[in-house]
Parts: sequence; structure tokens; C-alpha cells
Amino acid sequence: MSHASSPMRTGSALHIALSWLLRNHIWVFLALTVLVFSLASPYFLTLNNMGNLLTQGAFIGILAIGMTLVMIDGEIDLSVGAILALASALAIGLQDHMGVWPAVILGLLSGAALGFVNGTLVALSGMHSFVVTLGGLIGIRGLVFVYSGENALMVQDFSYTEIPEVYLGPVSLTAMIFLALALFFQWVLSSTRHGRETYAVGDNIEAAHDSGINVKRHKIINFTLCGTLAAVCGILLSMRLGTAEPNAGKIWELWTIIAVVLGGTRLQGGYGSLWMTIGGVLTLAVLRNGLRLLNTPNYVELMVMGAVLVLALALDKLLNHREGS
Amino acid sequence: MTDAILKVKDITKTFPGVKALDKVSFDIRPGEVHALVGENGAGKSTLMKTLAGLHQPDSGEIVYQGKTIQVAGPLDARQKGILLIHQELSLSPELSVAENIYLGAWPTNRFGVLKKRELRRNATAALEALGCGFGPDARVGTLSVAMQQMVEIARAEAFSANVVIFDEPTASLTDTEKDQLFHTIRSLKERGVGIVYISHKMDEIFDITDRITVLRDGQVQGTLDTSETDLNQITRMMIGRTLDTFFVKAKEEFGAEVLRVEGLSKQGLFRDVSFSVHEGEVLGLYGLVGAGRSEVVETIFGVRKADAGTLYWKEGEIDLPAARQSIDMGMALVPESRKEQGLVLMMGGRENTSLPHLRLFSELSVMNRTKEMAVFEKYRSALSIKTTGPDQPVSLLSGGNQQKFVLAKWLCADPKLIILDEPTRGIDVGSKSAIHELIADLAEQGLAVIVISSEMPEVLGVSHRVLAMSEGDVVAEFTGDEMTEENLIDAVSHHTQQVAAE
Repeated sequence: MSHASSPMRTGSALHIALSWLLRNHIWVFLALTVLVFSLASPYFLTLNNMGNLLTQGAFIGILAIGMTLVMIDGEIDLSVGAILALASALAIGLQDHMGVWPAVILGLLSGAALGFVNGTLVALSGMHSFVVTLGGLIGIRGLVFVYSGENALMVQDFSYTEIPEVYLGPVSLTAMIFLALALFFQWVLSSTRHGRETYAVGDNIEAAHDSGINVKRHKIINFTLCGTLAAVCGILLSMRLGTAEPNAGKIWELWTIIAVVLGGTRLQGGYGSLWMTIGGVLTLAVLRNGLRLLNTPNYVELMVMGAVLVLALALDKLLNHREGS
Repeated sequence: MTDAILKVKDITKTFPGVKALDKVSFDIRPGEVHALVGENGAGKSTLMKTLAGLHQPDSGEIVYQGKTIQVAGPLDARQKGILLIHQELSLSPELSVAENIYLGAWPTNRFGVLKKRELRRNATAALEALGCGFGPDARVGTLSVAMQQMVEIARAEAFSANVVIFDEPTASLTDTEKDQLFHTIRSLKERGVGIVYISHKMDEIFDITDRITVLRDGQVQGTLDTSETDLNQITRMMIGRTLDTFFVKAKEEFGAEVLRVEGLSKQGLFRDVSFSVHEGEVLGLYGLVGAGRSEVVETIFGVRKADAGTLYWKEGEIDLPAARQSIDMGMALVPESRKEQGLVLMMGGRENTSLPHLRLFSELSVMNRTKEMAVFEKYRSALSIKTTGPDQPVSLLSGGNQQKFVLAKWLCADPKLIILDEPTRGIDVGSKSAIHELIADLAEQGLAVIVISSEMPEVLGVSHRVLAMSEGDVVAEFTGDEMTEENLIDAVSHHTQQVAAE
């Protein structure tokens, strides 16, 4: 019996690193893609481009943080793209009436409120989150069109767009916010009661319930977090663009899910981490950025991305199978 | 005599349509192992779930350590020191051993941040107290079932439980693992923990328990000291005397042999099973749950693989079949758990009836609805099934009517042998006798029928010949006047005592 745990205790640093890589295979995949694009394009591996890449990836990344929490719970949130659009429209549309920061806070609150509604519906009605948030995806998008009068809203005061123009070397404020949030929520997952609950609920909901975990409240919290993070993403996007398009963030929920799944978080729940999600987000960003640098036509880009997704998941099966045996 | 640590007084619990517990009272003393026995549906699980806070009783009270308590929920029960070890383990495979021991009750500071070191230290202490050979960091999903069970038992240490309830703990353990479990149970007992032990396996109950409480139909039949009773008495109390039902037996006109089984064995499930069944004959297979009855017929049908044995179909030797072949040959198995194995609940009766024989009802893969409807109507009237129409989802039907559709679906392929596993479990009396009549009809039409049942009057009432099974062995065969309840009980209990003595 004792040998089951002994490798973990006595394992060398190399062994620990290897088993970490096996569970976070996406980083291997990421290194490979970086290598390929570095060889293919001289502009790829430059500080400037790396900075751009991080900023581009940060938007999907922030959505992916919330999505990871919800997916470890065994649920899904398809409404993040629409929530993003609403928060961004509110932040820009309201700032003429009440000033920049109150508008931003209202935008954030709208995301939290919609996330709360999603979570409450899922937890209390017993409907699958796929259905509930699919409704959210359509309904909230409709709300955005109503609010914006089907037009893109423009900022009047352009100092708004300068807020995220803070750089640490090549790293933008947006990218820093993404990384900071990712690290914070990784800490939540690994070191707090809420984090343990997340895994327990997604892994074996019966056991979680029988252990006295308030499964419903727990899910509502994670959906609320996911909605809030979507609003954060929307507000950062509105700052970056200076406009709020009613169509902003359309199908971003799909890219977000792809990034999370690419990272290795299990769709059925119970397994995953933000290390994996960061890896997935960066891989996605590298692919998009690299293919554009090579002037790949849009449709080829989509084909490559599709193939990569399937490949990465096949790799996941292969590696985890080996780890299991 | 020591005072009881936990007393249950007159607990009643009703679910829609069923009185699961009817004024149940019993008590657990510190340092005793108290068995709770009864047939399926007797109320054992409901009682345990009530103690563990998973159900709230309608009336009655629970007295724990001298005080009347309310068990608000599972965590509350655990914190009070009442721990239920589920039959299907209640663990999170992706979390570590330590995290699972404290599942839902992790030590944290007031901001909800885990105290990882404390968690690990306490878990290590609990594991060491039990003498577990694994550490707190292993992922539970990588452990064997027996080790996972130890993780649950470690909760008893971690929460200083005073009462530990084991629900069928040996169901998936090997013999060595079982010995280790019993060792653990005895050491818990020595420390004054009160243990409730639920099992169908009588040898275990006589091996490890001090007292036995028998439940039947939600009522306590009695509590006895294990040393002062025997299997015979317990079995009688469990099964009881049901009201005499009128049974129809088919005429004894047997034709050629349909199936013969010789020396069928499967390690750990059954040994050296031999019998034969003829056209027009109803063969009863009696035994308590866990005797290996279902496993034997599943092996014959090809759902399970045997280690050894020969099958003869119409006097010709055949390879042990796979399920598809056995259907084609003319065998039908109506399983015990019709909801899980027998019916697609969302489908209507028409689609369920044709499901195993789609080839008979289709041309070039296109379903022939007229044919389907004809067969549906035929069995609806033949078995007098109460349904609003061919497409009413079978989930809306009563247990008896569901069971009739299960029969219909196998009958419409014209089988030569039909095996019915607990055909009347959980259905109302009216449907029961309809199914008994049907069994007689089938036999008179020349089918060979095997009926498995743990209801003695039923198996004696419908069969021409009865085999008694116990602990995986066929222990006796009775025909004619020898077919009495006394003989069956004696054969089974005598054998169990022998096994226990070994």
C-alpha cells in the first residue's frame, strides 16, 4: 500500500517537474508553438510582439478565469461574451451622466448581477447551465442592442482610453490585470475553502452535498465571479477601443471555452487549474498572433485553430492515459 | 449493561406512497457492533440516512448522549460524532486523502483560507491511528476501493465519531481486505465507538456483530443478541409470513431439455452450478440477495464471463454466449432492476417493446410502425397493460405495468427460454398475480422458464422445481411435496452456518 504515495514524497525535483508537465501538458505545447513561429517569422520573438500578444490574449484570458471556476464546478457559462458587451456599453454610455468611475462600477455590478442571476437559475431550477446561459447569451445581447440603440457608443472624453496605457516594460496594464487575477484565483483554488469546494462539487457532487457543502450557494458564487470577470473584460475592452460596439465579444465565449479546454480543464468538472488555463490562453494567443504575422488568411487561421484544439486534446488523452497507468 | 449512546424512538418517515419507516425504535451502545438486517426495501437505508441527517423524520426522536437532538444535515451529523460510511463511497477522486477526510469541513482561518499544514497533520494522525499504509497526499482516485474506504473510516478518527454506520461495507472488497476491515471495526469497537453494521451477508453478521435488529416493511421485527439466535430465526423474521396469495401453477407437461448447465463457476460469485430446464417447466431459483442467483443467470445469458463450466442448448454444447447471440438463440433475460437495465424510461411502450428486436421491425433500417403498433396492441391486451397509448413514456406507468412492458419486449421475439429475475419486486399485489398467471401461461405454451425470487411463497407457488442457493453454491433441489418453506430455510441456513464455521 505504501508505494502508492512514496514517489510523491521522495521524488526528485526532476520527477516533480515532469509530473507537473504531464498534468500541464499545454505548456509543452505552448513551447512548441513558440518555437515554430520563432523559426517561421523574425518578428515573432521580439519583446514588442510578446507584449502585444499578452495584451491581445488578456481579454480572452480574463474571461477564461471565470470560465475555469465554473467549469471545474462541472458547469458552463455561455453568456460571458454578452455580459462583456453590456458592461462595456454601460461604462461608456453612462459616463456622460455620472462620471467615469461610477459608470465603470455600474458596469461591473451589471456583470455581477447577471452572473448572480445565471447562478441562481442554475442552482435553484435544476436546469443545465448550458441552457440557462444560452438564454443569457441571446437575451443579454438583445438588451445591449436595446440600450445602445443598435449603435456603437463612443467615449466623449478620450482620457478614458488612456487609463490602461500604463506599461511595465512591454507589458500593458491589461495584461498585468489578467496575470494578477489569474494568480489570485489560482491561490483561491489551491488555498481556500471555496477553492476546495469547487473541486469537490465538480468531482462528486453527491459526496460534496453529503459532506454538508452548500452546493447551491457555492455555484451561485462562482457564476457571480464569472459574470463579474466578464464585466472586467468588457470595461478594459471599452477603454482600449474607446467605443462600445453592440456586437463586442461575439463568439468570445467559444474562444474562452476553447482556451480553457485547451489548457486541460475537464469539461465534466472536478479537474483543472488556472496554470492550465493561462497555458491555454497563451497558446491561443500565440497561434492567432503567429498566424497573422505570417499573413495567413482568416479561414486558414480557423482551420489551423480547429486542428490544434483537437490535437491538444488528443495529447491530453495520451499523456493522462500514461499517467494513469 | 451500559447505557445506549444513541437511541431512536418511534421514528416514522413517509415518502410519497410508501411508509419507509413505521415507528422504528432501536439503540446503539458504546463498544457494540449492531447489525441491521432486512430485505431490500425494508427501510434500512432510510433509517441510516435519517441518522446521518440526509432525511428528516416525520415524527419520533433521536436521543444522543442523553439529549434529544435534531440532525440538521450530513455535516451536522459528522460534527456531532455520527458518521455514515456509504456503500458507494462518498469521496472526491481528484482531491487528496487529507482533503477528502475533511471534505466540506476543512480547517480554515476566518477568511476561508485553508490551514494546509493543520489539515495535513490532522489527517496524518487519523491515518496513523487506523494503521493505514498510505499518506495524506495521495490522490484518492489512485487508491484501491479498500483504501478509499479507509479514507472514509479515517473520518471517524478525524471527527472523534461516537457512532459509525457501515452500509454494506464489504460489497466490493476481497477476502483479505475484508479481514482488514473487520480488524479496523474491532479496534473502533474497543475504543467504545458504537457501530451499526448493515449487510446482506449473514456469515459476516454472525462473525462481527453483538446484536441484530431485523427490519421488515419499515417496522422493527425485533432485536436479538447475536449469540442467542441463529440464521434460521433471523431469516424467518426478515421474510415473515406474507398473506397467502393464490398461485397458479402450470400443468406439469415437460418437453425436451432446453438448457443444461454443468459446473458453471466464477470466482468469488458462485461455484460449480449445475442444473437443467425443460420445455414447459418453471424452475425456481431461491436465495437471499447476495447468494449469487442473478450472477448465475447473467453468466448464462452472456452478460458476465464465467471461469469454468459448460452450457448445452437443446442438448448441443455451446460456447458461453455473448448477450447478442443468446438473444438470437432464443434466450431472454428480464433483469431485476428494470429501471436501470430493462426500460428506456422516456420512451413509450411501443418503442420499448421493439427495442431489442429492431431488426424484426425494420426494413433497410427504416422502422415499420404498423408492425410495431400491432405488436404493441397485442401485448397491451394480452398482459392487460394500463397505459394511455403507445407513446406514453413508461416512466409514468406503475411498477407493475412497467414490468409488463419489460416482459412484452422479450416475449415478442418468441424466446424458448425466459429468465425472470425478481419479476414481482416492488409492484402491487394485483400486478403480481397477473405476472404469476403469465408465468404459468408461458410454461403451458412450451417455454422453459427460470424464476429467481427471494420471496419464498412466490418461488414455491409458481415453480415445478426449486433450487436453493446460498453464498454462491446450489445447496439443495426440491420438487413436489418437498417444496416447503421449512425445507428451503433449513437448506439455506444450514449451509450458511457451515460457511461461517469454515
